Amino acid sequence: MTPGQTTTSAPLLRVQNLKTHFHTRQGAVKAVDGVDLELAPGEILGLVGESGSGKSITGFSILGLIDPPGRIVDGNIEFDGRDLLAMKERELRSLRGNDIAVVFQDPSMTLNPVLRVDTQMIEAVRAHEKVSIEAARQRARDVLVKVGIPSPDERLRCYPFELSGGMRQRIAIAIALLNRPRLIIADEPTTALDVSIQGQIIHEVRSLCRETGTALIWVTHDLAVIAGLADRIAVMYAGRIVETGETDEVIHRPMHPYTRGLIESVPSGSTRGARLHQIEGMTPSLPELGEGCAFRDRCHRATDQCRVTPDVTLLGDTREFRCWHPETGGEQ
Amino acid sequence: MTRPPILEIRYLSKIFSQPVSLGGRIANLFGGNNRPIQVHAVQDVDITVESGEVVGIVGESGCGKSTVARMLAGISTPSSGGLRWRGKDVDKMTAKERRAFDLGVQMIFQDPFASLNPRMRIIDIIGEAAVKHGRIKRRDQRDYVVSMMEKVGLSGAYIDRFPHQFSGGQRQRIGIARALAVNPELIICDESVAALDVSIQAQVLNLFMDLRDEFDLTYLFISHNLGVVEHISDRVVIMYLGRVVEVAPTDALYGDPNHPYTRLLIDQVPRLEAGKRDYTPIKGELPSPLDPPPGCAFNPRCPYATERCRTERPALREISPGRLSACHLNDLA
Repeated sequence: MTPGQTTTSAPLLRVQNLKTHFHTRQGAVKAVDGVDLELAPGEILGLVGESGSGKSITGFSILGLIDPPGRIVDGNIEFDGRDLLAMKERELRSLRGNDIAVVFQDPSMTLNPVLRVDTQMIEAVRAHEKVSIEAARQRARDVLVKVGIPSPDERLRCYPFELSGGMRQRIAIAIALLNRPRLIIADEPTTALDVSIQGQIIHEVRSLCRETGTALIWVTHDLAVIAGLADRIAVMYAGRIVETGETDEVIHRPMHPYTRGLIESVPSGSTRGARLHQIEGMTPSLPELGEGCAFRDRCHRATDQCRVTPDVTLLGDTREFRCWHPETGGEQ
Repeated sequence: MTRPPILEIRYLSKIFSQPVSLGGRIANLFGGNNRPIQVHAVQDVDITVESGEVVGIVGESGCGKSTVARMLAGISTPSSGGLRWRGKDVDKMTAKERRAFDLGVQMIFQDPFASLNPRMRIIDIIGEAAVKHGRIKRRDQRDYVVSMMEKVGLSGAYIDRFPHQFSGGQRQRIGIARALAVNPELIICDESVAALDVSIQAQVLNLFMDLRDEFDLTYLFISHNLGVVEHISDRVVIMYLGRVVEVAPTDALYGDPNHPYTRLLIDQVPRLEAGKRDYTPIKGELPSPLDPPPGCAFNPRCPYATERCRTERPALREISPGRLSACHLNDLA
């Protein structure tokens, strides 16, 4: 179906200098301001950031789901060798839900409340492939089993309101898997769920990616979740990726002061009785953001040099960060 | 320990019931068998909180932890059981004592957007209760509110602003200042940091600890986030389907959990240090409180469940000094 089949070494997804801006009365809000990403087939990338960092908008830009006043003003997105930004809406639609699937934070927003689960799943299969209703139903049943839903035949006949939040999210993930996508973008998929359900879903999603070779971008604000799941981490702050690298490397040897601050502010047993490390201040308001490193007002290492936007520094093959004064002590 | 505990929760229960509909009642006249639908949201919860302690209450959604909080704060009334405040039964208090209890227990809510009145200025949000209850004179309100705002790390210059002019973290600080303004002794935090970003969450948790020292506060910290509870609590209460299943000092609970549910729950906590690992997920889901399983409520998901667990409900009993657990397995050892 796809003309340029991937070779193993080529990245599945390549995002270069992506800029998504929202044009408002207060001026352009640079929600995403020069993001570079690469994703190999089967790789799991954790895209971490706090609210307003642009992590979700990055995901939506890849999916072509940016509505006015938002606009992708620069950069390019290549999926499997094809330029997504040059595609017509019709082509994009045949790609979305087929080669690229998405899982949103709130499963009750993903599912249509007035249609049964089977109706929605069969429709999703038949929108992309000419198969009989029976074959589509069979495939729907298979993916429900794959995501660990007990008694799938009964669940297929349910309406979304008859299911718990965890079950609904699993069905949303099952729908994403229906057409054997090559890339899944999951936007805070477990944030609204209990830890026990979160554990189940992470377990299932990871084994699915390993089995099927599907690449995954897991967008989240929770570093602890990503530490146990992702191969690589990209940390976003105010529309830019400030640090990327292998998960263990980033967690144990953060280079950017923001990454380090984030890691140290996670509460746990080892921090009990002590004060948590806190990043002073709050995330900057995007319309007021000027030149320079966006983190400098909250950074304890900032100097006058930080008024100039830092370039990307390479460290080894896989580490990249944007900071003039990286954490050199590293080990914490 | 000569002083009585600050708060004793004694066999507190809450039943929500939906009365039989008109149609159902008519059907009953003709021999139908429609009964009111009852949910035992909280059953026989028994917790003692010592003065100055931080007690964490943990459980999955629907386990009744928020219902407990709301009963303590007087937002809803218990169906049975009672509260003792500094050794006194709350039901038998005089009006004056009751007032002191009501002011002594304050609550900080989860959603900093829904818990502040959008039409009130900060000066009134924080100062209204203190003036109303005669803690301060109206003419001192401005100075008092400024001092409260500074205590929680907000600039007093924002005193005439409305809630929408603040970020989530700042609003949560306003909620904290509002609770502190009536000089409480016990603060109930119901998921108070759940809606905040990690960096802001750290700031607010630090603030809680600073205020604890400064005002000599006792906290009841309710959360589904086990990491946060482990960080802040001295003692932890684990709830499952409306009942307490385990109570233990934090170190003991996290280091050596007794109840199988606690053990599985702690295994699920994502941790930074652990790196990549395989979760062994808890099987199944929380059963519906409308139709709880007989015996131990956890038995359908428990890997160690025996026949006895399916028929007989285990009582919460002391397994070692200061530790309580409700599990039949402790009888076998």
